[in-house]
Amino acid sequence: MPTSNSGRSGESRPEVQFDDMEQQRHAGLLGMWVFLLTELLLFGAIFASFAILRVRHGAVFAEAAGHLDLSLAAVNTALLLSSGLTMALAELSAGARLRRATIGWLQATMALGALFLAIKGFEWYSEFRHQLMPVLGLPFHYSSALAAPGEQPVAAVAELFFNLYFIATGLHAVHMLVGLGILAVMLALARRWRRPDRIDRQLRIAGLYWAFIDVVWIFIFTCFYLLRA
Amino acid sequence: MTSVVYSENEDRHATPEDYLSGGWSIRSWLLTVDHKRIAWLYAVSITLFFFFGSAAALLMRLELITPAGDLLSPESYNRLFSLHGIVMVWFFLIPSIPATLGNFLLPMMVGARDMAFPKLNLLSWYVYTLGGIFTIAAVIAGGVDTGWTFYTPYSTLFSNSAVLAAAVGVFIVGFSSILTGLNFVVTTHTMRAPGMTWGRLPLFVWANYATALIMVLATPVLTVTLLLIGLERTLGIGIFDPALGGDPLLFQHLFWFYSHPAVYIMILPAMGVVSEIIACFSRNPIFGYTGMVLSIMAIALFGFIVWGHHMFVSGQSLYAGILFSFFTFLVAVPSAIKTLNWTATLFRGRISFDAPMIYALSFLELFTVGGLTGIFLAALALDVHLHDTYFVTAHFHYIMVGGAVTAYMGGLHFWWPKLTGRMYSRGWATTAALALLIGLNLTFYPQFLLGYAGMPRRYHSYPDDFSILQVLSTLGAGVLALGYLLPLIYLSWSLRRGEKAGPNPWDAQGLEWQTPSPPPVHNFRETPEVNEGPYAYK
Amino acid sequence: MSSEAPQTPAIEDPQIGLKLIPEQASEYAQQVDFLYYALLGISGLLMGILAALVVVFAVRYRRSLRRERGELIAERSGRRLEIGFALLLCLSFIGLFYWGSQLYLHLYSATDADVTIDAVGKQWMWKFQHPDGTREINTLHLPVGETVALRITSQDVIHSLSLPAFRLKRDAVPGMYTRAQFTPTRAGTYRLFCAEYCGTDHARMRGKVVVLERADYQQWLAGKVDVPDRAEAGAQLFQSLGCGACHKADGSGLAPALQGVFGSRVKLADGSEVVADEAYIRDSIVEPQAQLVAGYQPVMPSFSGQVSEEEILQLISYIQSLGQSREADEQ
Repeated sequence: MPTSNSGRSGESRPEVQFDDMEQQRHAGLLGMWVFLLTELLLFGAIFASFAILRVRHGAVFAEAAGHLDLSLAAVNTALLLSSGLTMALAELSAGARLRRATIGWLQATMALGALFLAIKGFEWYSEFRHQLMPVLGLPFHYSSALAAPGEQPVAAVAELFFNLYFIATGLHAVHMLVGLGILAVMLALARRWRRPDRIDRQLRIAGLYWAFIDVVWIFIFTCFYLLRA
Repeated sequence: MTSVVYSENEDRHATPEDYLSGGWSIRSWLLTVDHKRIAWLYAVSITLFFFFGSAAALLMRLELITPAGDLLSPESYNRLFSLHGIVMVWFFLIPSIPATLGNFLLPMMVGARDMAFPKLNLLSWYVYTLGGIFTIAAVIAGGVDTGWTFYTPYSTLFSNSAVLAAAVGVFIVGFSSILTGLNFVVTTHTMRAPGMTWGRLPLFVWANYATALIMVLATPVLTVTLLLIGLERTLGIGIFDPALGGDPLLFQHLFWFYSHPAVYIMILPAMGVVSEIIACFSRNPIFGYTGMVLSIMAIALFGFIVWGHHMFVSGQSLYAGILFSFFTFLVAVPSAIKTLNWTATLFRGRISFDAPMIYALSFLELFTVGGLTGIFLAALALDVHLHDTYFVTAHFHYIMVGGAVTAYMGGLHFWWPKLTGRMYSRGWATTAALALLIGLNLTFYPQFLLGYAGMPRRYHSYPDDFSILQVLSTLGAGVLALGYLLPLIYLSWSLRRGEKAGPNPWDAQGLEWQTPSPPPVHNFRETPEVNEGPYAYK
Repeated sequence: MSSEAPQTPAIEDPQIGLKLIPEQASEYAQQVDFLYYALLGISGLLMGILAALVVVFAVRYRRSLRRERGELIAERSGRRLEIGFALLLCLSFIGLFYWGSQLYLHLYSATDADVTIDAVGKQWMWKFQHPDGTREINTLHLPVGETVALRITSQDVIHSLSLPAFRLKRDAVPGMYTRAQFTPTRAGTYRLFCAEYCGTDHARMRGKVVVLERADYQQWLAGKVDVPDRAEAGAQLFQSLGCGACHKADGSGLAPALQGVFGSRVKLADGSEVVADEAYIRDSIVEPQAQLVAGYQPVMPSFSGQVSEEEILQLISYIQSLGQSREADEQ
């Protein structure tokens, strides 16, 4: 059994319910894993619904997917994957107790994440301009080669596709915002650099969350953008 | 070695005598992070909701005495059964054993000072309360009339009631369930005392651990489903609306993907409680510990692949129906093994019949009736006849009231001396337990007969021919009410007047009995060390 | 709601008394009851054994009895007991599973009916239409000895048509057809319910099934107001909606000819194949572009909202009357 860290100077003491730092670290990591399991099922339910409706309305969904901006999404995918790399580097730097590198990689991760959100916002804006945003009673006009203009069912099914698209990307964006918030706190902690071991521990937990957001985006990218006519 | 760590940290653990003597100020309760106090917060809240939901049930039973709909309007009746379902499922049954007894006992049983995340634990209670406020708001806003199942397109396009407020309430309370589950999983994994291996965990811990896994894995699907209901109702996104390309059956799949495992959230902890009680009062080690653990995990696992048995007549693919029927038969096997093992635990024991044991034996009878009638519903052709009739109502009330609530009452009586340090009146407790057993059977047995005779559930008025059985059922509900009101009285009374219980009044095994009653703030004076398996009776 | 909706007819409950086993108005009902008895037997046996064991143990091993208890069951024999019990259960469960599934498949998937009756659920009534066009509400007349298929749908929320005397129940789901087939074998009056909760007057959505001798049934039909039969009504709709302009019988129109389409396999524009059943024809009327026939342009407008559920069923009956496909005949 590892000895308690509480005696060493500069190292933090465990919270009262834990025997030692090792136990506390283990609990924190496991907690995040279990939380991500929950998140997985949350997005899983949305993807399952999408899959069922995609099978049902294959042609219309495929055509509707063609109205999304594939190149912007591809850029975004690249950005998010790179941010996964910078996040991993930030964790490594914190593990090696390198303050400046940790701060630098954290800033890079945040910049990439913010850029992702900016591009996503721009994409939404252009969908709004093309009246493809059926949210909050905004007008929705959809013309399709599959039907005469203004034809109800095709437009309705296409609207369903865009609704699902906004639910999935919206929920993902909310997770991105939360992730950026967590990184901002980590950045502030890294600047002060009070307890490096604690920063190291918390950064690993934050890293798990960030990686999860990446993975969800890959699924969104595949389902909504790549499955097109 | 752990005790060394403990003494090293002793200054931080300088504690008052017991967890209750820390003060009775409102602040000391509302800001506590002690799992034992949080358990009490939950216990008080779910008791309020329980009597709230029971009042709704009692009104329904009164309406059903006569075949004509005379006491209540159809609108009120529909709102009452919806309220009854929503309150009982999400605000009583799901948190019942885990959030109260589980919260109090799980850390003690594994030999920990608290949950892994005490603040999350408190947060979960606040989230629960917030969800409760929304649900009560929904009632004040005129109530909701969709049933607890919120079936679409009725709930999204047709109902003129406060669906949104109720859905928000349930949506919120889901997060409290997730937080509790997360805490349990992490606590069981990381907070066990030295020597407390997985093979030495009491079955109550195993059951709550399996329950926590279900909470964590199933609840998010409910969250999404309710989110979609809300979006569909407010914005008309069309996902469940066939006119817009959606699919009303998709809702049922999503809903039951959560709500069937939710049944196991209710019954698994009950099984855990009963295992503890039967072992203690027959002074025998539990029969087939390994089999019991495997059964618990098998139930939790198979519970996830049987949701389609709620949809045999719905128009889902017939072959899906056949597959779901097969899995449903399969999930019955581990439950049957557990029943066998409880019975075998009595063999050559030294059985005494204190109140907790009467509850546990009642559980055995009621759960077995509920389980066996579940087999009727698993057989496809019979389910077609019985689906959405009183047979189903009777079946799940035998499981949920007969199983989960009876076990909760049994657990409450078993651990009451530990929770409070006081003993209740044994005579009254025996009376209440027997009233419960008789009341339950009288209320719900006639409903099986009604169901096979063809009477659909959720009927506000009905053909005259069915009235005799409905009257019997209502009579039973009266006896049942007695069985619930009595404990409220004598348990409250015992809080101040009951005789002191001492650390281990039942001479029971388990770490929770090796510490004073009520336990000190951090549970143990010394971190315990475990060197034998559970249930070392004799 | 004290004032009931004006169109809801008064409830007529058949006066048949309380029967714990409802009348067996079909052979199928009898078979389901056999399964029920078998399960009652098995559960009675298991419950009896459990109760006997608990009582015997409770008496023999009560704490006040100060007697030597003897050895507990050894772990190995205990495990054998568990496994043996589980195997025994699995075996009987497989039998029950097979039994229940057989009956279920027959009820829902058989397609050799003599009469097809359309049932449309609506808040809060059941509307039936017989092949000859006769309609009725909340009461369903059936002939003895003929195999009846119910084609069920809903025009608003989900309902469920429940006929306890036939041990039959099937949900009515908007946008979808469900079916069930059975053969009444005994004349009489039986109960009819909506079993899926559907709103305020759910409990009033009930009525009766009247099973008549064949001659009486014909007489009953004849006594009804003369209306065009279901396929004929569909033909008139087909004309008035202008469908014939494109769906020309000789195949020269912009859209495929419908002769012999019903029940055939249709090649779609996306390369897949579907069977032209009721669901496909319904989808083609309300969402024509979703499953476009190969070789045709998407020119057909949707008739969603322009035709009622009952009218769609009439159109389907008309297309059915244009002949089953050769493939279907050969089978």
